[in-house]
Amino acid sequence: MLYAFLCYNNESAVMSWTKEEDDAVMAKLDLVHQKLIEQGRFGPALRLMPTAAATTLVKERDLVLDGPFAETKEQLLGFYVIECDSLEHALEIARELGVANPGGAYEIRPVRLFLPGVGVS
Amino acid sequence: MSDIAWIDAALRAARPEAVAALLRYFRDLDIAEEAYQEACLRALKTWPNNGPPRNPAAWLIFVGRNAGIDGVRRKARERPLPDEAALSDREDAEDVIAEKLDGADYRDDVLRLLFVCCHPELPATQQIALALRIVSGLSVPRIAKAFLVSEAAMEQRITRAKRRIAEAGQRFETPSPADRPARLAAVAAMLYLLFNEGYSTDRAEAPARAPLCDEAIRLTRLMLRMFPAEPELMGLMALMLLQNARAGARFDASGALVLLDAQDRAAWNRDMINEGLALLDKAMRHQVRGPYQIQAAIAALHARAARAEDTDWAQIDLLYAALEELQPSPVVTLNRAVAVSKTKGPDAALALIAPLAERLAGYFYFHGVRGGLLMQLGRREDARRAFDQAIALANTPAEAAHIREHLDRLAAEASAQKT
Repeated sequence: MLYAFLCYNNESAVMSWTKEEDDAVMAKLDLVHQKLIEQGRFGPALRLMPTAAATTLVKERDLVLDGPFAETKEQLLGFYVIECDSLEHALEIARELGVANPGGAYEIRPVRLFLPGVGVS
Repeated sequence: MSDIAWIDAALRAARPEAVAALLRYFRDLDIAEEAYQEACLRALKTWPNNGPPRNPAAWLIFVGRNAGIDGVRRKARERPLPDEAALSDREDAEDVIAEKLDGADYRDDVLRLLFVCCHPELPATQQIALALRIVSGLSVPRIAKAFLVSEAAMEQRITRAKRRIAEAGQRFETPSPADRPARLAAVAAMLYLLFNEGYSTDRAEAPARAPLCDEAIRLTRLMLRMFPAEPELMGLMALMLLQNARAGARFDASGALVLLDAQDRAAWNRDMINEGLALLDKAMRHQVRGPYQIQAAIAALHARAARAEDTDWAQIDLLYAALEELQPSPVVTLNRAVAVSKTKGPDAALALIAPLAERLAGYFYFHGVRGGLLMQLGRREDARRAFDQAIALANTPAEAAHIREHLDRLAAEASAQKT
């Protein structure tokens, strides 16, 4: 069974790291990544841009909001990685997905770092 | 990261919100700062043993407020206690604070704290220094180093700024919805000043000044997180990121300034560019024009061009024209002239800047751009005179060296023609 690891942290603290501190954390994480890659367990991994870069589409009312989807009544249930030409394009795709899967919201967030992993299934 | 490094990062991150909330309680910058310091000391004592609190800012506000009240009581004989209204919300417990941190009160606290720093009676350099000291918590020696002045001078500058703010008074009220946009605009302007102060044109100074850019970006991120639907804040954030992305390509190995056209685009920071482009994309959806968005859009066109010759100068010309309309300024027109020279030729660009000669007579870039245009037209003697004026007005050795190169080239061409 595969698990998604949704990494929650205090964003303002993480964004306050100096480049050196950030690099150090990433280097340490990379050691763990390498180990998991050797074990054939490492799937796609992403680091998202800050929540300020996020846009949320509330499907039922077709409401586009700036920022992350923070309603505590709903939980994050999965994620897609899709190549989009622009934010408008991304919203289009989200609306299409929303038709197939109504309710809740899609948070559309540009990806900062994409590590495709070793193709586990 | 070690415990201490983690605590340090958490304190640094929580500081703007914590000091801002404490300022609301105490309405006095010094008391708010002392209370925050006291809370930090207690954090350093208790966090390593008890583990970090779930919300460091709320913890610091709660502890700092109690410490501040104690401090005020202790000093009550020396100075009168602020009235009850000034010590508002004393009943808040830590978890209530944590809950409220996401709410409008605390959002306005941070805006207020930054707004207090950009008091119109303070000169720009004092505004920035004060924000770095109070909001960012940079030490006086570090700020002094960034501004290339002595510690004593910087200490004095900050003390003087605080005194002027205390004398001017009346900035601690909660902003009305109508006031908020004006406050946001003042804060945005100050943050951009801070960024530009750090975006040095001198490589020797760059390492000392770069933290100013980082701090401007960090504070703008904070503002954006609190006001996530403000297109101009998104624009400002995008502008800073797109400009800062080029920092690593702005100097060659000898320390000479490398202009945009000649920069190694592979050395640009892709993460920053991508984030800047994403924010600009978001901002434009609001369809509310603004100067930061337009400037970010110009920076984005440079960032999107794989090679200098791929730059969409016609679009840049249009964007500068839009900026001129919103914010008429001879400097904007001068920048537009560079775009015009690429699309309509140096003659058209010279005609555009001719009316600026008087107003920009003391401006390095005016003479530099003019000299460059004259050189393109083969008017060597006029170009040399313009460059002579530029070199006399250069702000840094790197700028002077850059103009010197043009002068040397002109001299070489002239002597080649004679022989």
